[in-house]
Amino acid sequence: MSLNAYLTLAALVFAIGLFGVLTRRNAIGILLGIELMLNAVNINLVAFARFHGDLRGLVFTLFTIAITVAEVAVGLAIVIVIFRVRRTVEADRLDLLRG
Amino acid sequence: MPTAVPHGVGLDPAATNMALLVVLLPFVAFVLLAVVVPLRRRGQAAGAVSIAAIAVAFLAALFSWFVWKGDAHVQTWAWIPADEGPTATVGVLLDPLSNAMLVLVTLVSLLVQIYSLAYLRDERAPSLGRYYTYQSLFAFSMLGLVLSPSFIQMFVFWELVGLCSYLLIGYWYERPSAARAAVKAFWITKLGDLGFVIGIVMLWAATGTFEFHALFALAQEHALAIEGLGTIMLLIYLGAVGKSAQFPLHVWLPDAMEGPAPVSALIHAATMVTAGVFMVTRAQPLFVLVPDVLVLIGWVGAFTALLAATLACVESDIKRVLAYSTVSQLGYMMAAVGAGAPDAGFLHLLTHGLFKALLFLGAGAVIHAVGTNDIFRMGGLFRAMPQTGVVFIVGTLALAGLPPLAGFFSKEAVLAGVWDSGMTWPFLMLALTVLLTAFYMFRVVFLTFFGRVPATGHPHEPSWTMRGPLWVLAALTVLVGIRLAAGSVGGRHGPGWLAPLSVAAALGGIALAWAAYQRGAVDPGRLAATFPLSVIDVLARRRYGLDGLYAGLYRGFILGLSRLIGWIDRYLVDGVLNFVSASTLRGGDLLRRIQSGHAQDYVYGVAFGVLLLLVWSQWWAR
Repeated sequence: MSLNAYLTLAALVFAIGLFGVLTRRNAIGILLGIELMLNAVNINLVAFARFHGDLRGLVFTLFTIAITVAEVAVGLAIVIVIFRVRRTVEADRLDLLRG
Repeated sequence: MPTAVPHGVGLDPAATNMALLVVLLPFVAFVLLAVVVPLRRRGQAAGAVSIAAIAVAFLAALFSWFVWKGDAHVQTWAWIPADEGPTATVGVLLDPLSNAMLVLVTLVSLLVQIYSLAYLRDERAPSLGRYYTYQSLFAFSMLGLVLSPSFIQMFVFWELVGLCSYLLIGYWYERPSAARAAVKAFWITKLGDLGFVIGIVMLWAATGTFEFHALFALAQEHALAIEGLGTIMLLIYLGAVGKSAQFPLHVWLPDAMEGPAPVSALIHAATMVTAGVFMVTRAQPLFVLVPDVLVLIGWVGAFTALLAATLACVESDIKRVLAYSTVSQLGYMMAAVGAGAPDAGFLHLLTHGLFKALLFLGAGAVIHAVGTNDIFRMGGLFRAMPQTGVVFIVGTLALAGLPPLAGFFSKEAVLAGVWDSGMTWPFLMLALTVLLTAFYMFRVVFLTFFGRVPATGHPHEPSWTMRGPLWVLAALTVLVGIRLAAGSVGGRHGPGWLAPLSVAAALGGIALAWAAYQRGAVDPGRLAATFPLSVIDVLARRRYGLDGLYAGLYRGFILGLSRLIGWIDRYLVDGVLNFVSASTLRGGDLLRRIQSGHAQDYVYGVAFGVLLLLVWSQWWAR
C-alpha cells in the first residue's frame, strides 16, 4: 500500500473525530472525538516513520499515546465533577461563559 | 539681571530702589494679610498693618519726589526670555510723571485707609480685614501701574486695579445691587481693555517692543510710520475710554458708588479712573503721530464732560452726583490731552485727585451721620457738623473752579490748552460745563448743609479719624492752589479773557443754584420745564437711555449668544458624544451574542477558520 492510502485513512479518521467533537451533545462523546483526532495524527506519524525509515516518528507516537491517556484521565475527571455539580453532561447546557 | 539701559535715560539704583520700595511695601502688607489668616480676621490689626505699610510708602514717595523730581530713571529685568533678548521686561520707570502719581496715590491711599478705620467701624472684624487686604492689593497695583516702563507691565497692573475695583465695589456683596454694580463695572471696563490689549499686541507685532522708551525713540526718529498706527492708537485709547469712564462707556462709574464711600474716594475718583488719562499722557509721543485720534480724544472728552454734567444736575443721590462730576472732570482731562496739552490734563488729574477725594470723604461723613444718600432728605447739616461743612465747601469751590483753590488753575490750564489748539466747539462745551459744575455742586451744598432741616436722626460731627483726612485734603487743596497761583507750575494761561470768563461762569452757576435751591426765587421744576431745558431734563432723567441700551444689548447680545452657544453645546457637541457612546453600546450588545458559551461553537469557528486558510493557501496564495 502506498503512503497516500495511510494519509487518506488518517484524514478520514480526523474528519470523523472533528465531526464528533462538533456534533455530539454528550461531553464524553466529545472526548471520544478528540481521541479519534489524536489517533489520526498517530497514524500519520507511524506511516511517515515507516516510509521514510526514520524511527523518531515511532518515538513521538509513544509519547502521544502516553499523553493521550493522561488527557483522557483528566478530561473524564472534569466530566465527573461537572456531572456532580450540574447533574448533566449535555454540552448545550454548559454555557456559563455566555456573553 | 538688569537689561541694557535705554538710550537717553539715567539709571540711578538709589532712585529705582526707592520706587521699588514704594511699590513693594503695600504688596508685602497684602501678602501678609492674605496669608496670615488670624491677622486678617482681627480687623483693626489688619488695618494697622496696611496703614503702616502705606504710610512708609508715602514717606518714601515724598522723599523720592524731593530728591529725584526732575530726572527719569529706569531699571528693567528680563521677564519673558527669548533667543534674541527678552520679549518682555518688568521694571520701574521713575520720572516726573510717575513720581507725582506716586505721591498722589500713596497720599490718598493713606488718608482713605485711616478714614476707613472709623467709617467701617461697625463692620465685622473679618470683613474689615478683607477690606484692608483689598486696599493693600489696590495700592500695590496702582503704584505698579504708574511705574510701568512698558505697555505689557502696565496692562497687567491695569487689570489688577480693575480686579480691586470689582472686589471693592462688591465689598457689601450681600446687597444684590452692589454685586450687580461690581459685575457691571467689570464687564464694561473689560470692553475697553479688550481694545487696549489688542492695540498693545498689534503695536508689538509692528515694532517688536513693549518698552515705552524704545517706542518713543522710534517715534522721535520718525521710524514709526506703520500702516494702521491710527487704528492701533485708537484701540489703545479704547482702554482709557473704559477705565476713565469716557462716553459711551461711562455708565459703570455711577453704579460703582455701591461700594463704601472711601473706596469711591480712592478708586473711583482720585486714582484708578485716572489711569486712562495717565496712560494716554504717558503714551503722548505715540498719540501725537496720529492727530486724528487726538482730535477724537478731545471731542469725546469735551462731550463726556458736558453730558455727565447734565446728568449730575438731575441726580438726587449725593454720591452719584459726585460720580457724574468725576466723569465730567475726567472728560476735562481727556480733552486737554486730546488738545495736545497733556501737562494741563495731568495737572488737573492731580488737583482733582485731591479735592474729589475730599468731596467723597466729606459725602461719606454726611452719609455716615444721616444714614441716607438722598440729598432731598438732608438739610441744615451745617449747624450740626460745621467742620465737615467747611471742608466740603472748600472742595466744592475747588471743583467749581474758583481762585485761589487748586481746581481753578488746573481747569483754566485745561481750557487754555483746548482754546490754543483751536478746537472751538469742545472749548464751548467745556466752558458751559464750568457753569453746570458750579450749579450742580452748589445744589448739593445748599440742599445738604443749608435749607430746611428734616426730622431724621441726630447728625453729629464724625470722629477725628475721619475729620483728620478731611482737613489734610482741604488744606492741600488750598495750599496747592496758592502754590499754583505763585506761578511756575502749569505755565499755561491762554487769552486774557479766559480767567474772568471761567470765574464768571462758575459764579453764575453758584448764583443759579442759590436762587433755585436756597432762596427759592426760581422754581427748579418750572425752570426745567421751559423749552430747551425740558428736553435735556427728560433725557437726563432717563440717563439718555444709555443704561437701558446697555442692558438691552447685554440681554439681547450676550444672552442670545449664550443661548446659541448653549444650543450648540447641548445638541452638537453633546450630540456627537452621545452618538459615539450609544453606537459603541449597541455595537457591543450586538457583538456579545457571538459569545454563546458553548465550547463546540468555538471549535466550529476554529475549524471553519482553518478550512478557510487551507482553501486560501491552496488556490489564492500562490
